[in-house]
Amino acid sequence: MEQFLQQLASGLANGAIYACVALALVMIYVSTDHLNFAQGEMAMFSTYISWQLMNWGLSFWVAFILAVVFSFIMGVIIERAILRPLHNAPVLSVVVVFIGLLAICNSVAGAIWSYLIKEFPSPFPKSSFGIAGVIGPHQLGVVMVTLIVLALLFLFFRFTPLGLAMRAAAQNPQMARLVGVRVDWMLALGWGLAAAIGAVAGIMVAHIVYLDPNMMGGILLYAFASALVGGIGNPAGAVVGGFIVGVLENMVAFTGNQIEKATGIYIIGNGEKLSVALIIVIFVLTVKPAGLFGRVVVKRV
Amino acid sequence: MASLLEVKGLKAFYGQTQSLYDVGFDIPEGGITTLLGANGAGKTTTLRAICNMVRTEGAIRFAGKDVIGMATEEIVRLRIAHVPEGRGTFTTMTVDENLRIAAYTRRDKAAVAAERDRVFGYFPRLKERIQQQAGTLSGGEQQMLAIARALMLKPRLMLLDEPSFGLAPLIVVEIFRILRRINEEEKVSILLVEQNAALALDLATHAYVLETGRVVMSGPSEVVKNDENVRKSYLGY
Repeated sequence: MEQFLQQLASGLANGAIYACVALALVMIYVSTDHLNFAQGEMAMFSTYISWQLMNWGLSFWVAFILAVVFSFIMGVIIERAILRPLHNAPVLSVVVVFIGLLAICNSVAGAIWSYLIKEFPSPFPKSSFGIAGVIGPHQLGVVMVTLIVLALLFLFFRFTPLGLAMRAAAQNPQMARLVGVRVDWMLALGWGLAAAIGAVAGIMVAHIVYLDPNMMGGILLYAFASALVGGIGNPAGAVVGGFIVGVLENMVAFTGNQIEKATGIYIIGNGEKLSVALIIVIFVLTVKPAGLFGRVVVKRV
Repeated sequence: MASLLEVKGLKAFYGQTQSLYDVGFDIPEGGITTLLGANGAGKTTTLRAICNMVRTEGAIRFAGKDVIGMATEEIVRLRIAHVPEGRGTFTTMTVDENLRIAAYTRRDKAAVAAERDRVFGYFPRLKERIQQQAGTLSGGEQQMLAIARALMLKPRLMLLDEPSFGLAPLIVVEIFRILRRINEEEKVSILLVEQNAALALDLATHAYVLETGRVVMSGPSEVVKNDENVRKSYLGY
């Protein structure tokens, strides 16, 4: 039982990270119809920024906030400078730009900070965080930070005029212009927010996966899976999808281990986590192509 | 009366296809003007051209300011409200959010709140449906919402594209009655594009007739209404 709870908790902590990255992907997807393949590498870069700031002597949370702000600004600049000229470009051109962005982030990070794997601190004190035998201090902290970020985002989009304008711009750009919304800026802000959320995910996960330029590769894959399971056009679905995928992969490994223990037959274990998670994703999409929460908009004509 | 909107030699293009050749008209401050014409005459395109939603050449002056080439959202911020064909409500948002988004450009909160109350005065039904998703409203209610949202911009000029489209006759009459009130009480000038020429000529003070991208006739509604060609082609008697 204790083992089960541990696996569940660690699944939730991983899921929180996937949820953040998936949300970042979905935010850009709903407003531009593109999947940003560079989302993970951008987050990795932000994580290095925070590491550098800490190395210069700043405390974790100051470095965290500065890195998130930096990422927001970089996201806005990337949209304005690189993607703006591509607004009417064919999908494939945009995909190529995303892949280029991915490669650039990766190699620049490697050039500045080297490809050596670095340890990354956890800001959550062992003494006051976590529940012994169930959830570790860092895992609990990750889940909490993520939930706070998600709640803030929810409030922002639901209740502020700017959040409303961003939603309007994503849903119907032409009509948004007709009520005076500067749609181009809303896209740039969306990029900024997505980059900032990615940064949160990167900085939170770095303590678990260690810091290196390739740290986000697998996570981005899980995030894609999460977004698809939840429904690629649905931000809330992406978040739930993230938690589902996170818990699922751990449960698969856990079940495999239990079976091996009981029968001595090895069916499945930690090594197959990713494959099994992806198989389940494919299964979900076969049954529900729009994802679990892919909303069919109610419409009367 | 001073002209609020002056359009001269307006040309518009969809890609390589030219759809307006020489459109010109004046909209007097406070009046209701209608554009009539058959399908494909360029009525909708004219409205879209005013808000720079198609490639446009020519001269468009609004309240003495040259607006041609300005971004759509900047033109709207000069307080031109465009109620597009097919209503264009944000279907997954609530009625409340649809109204709030239109007040997004305005900083005067007290005035916005007062506006909202007046808008509900015109459209009490929207108040009842305030938390409902816009996509679940009936066609008539959606048209009302589109007009209400336009009012929340506190427009000087309202562009209406086929407000009667797809609605039951009784609803159409109701909406047109409200439009007249809006024009009188809010001092909003209106440019109305309408298939239903009889209805439009009743409401409007001035009318322009478009044929294949050109203005072929214009004048006070009473005169246009009695023109033999207009009667035959658009009024059917």
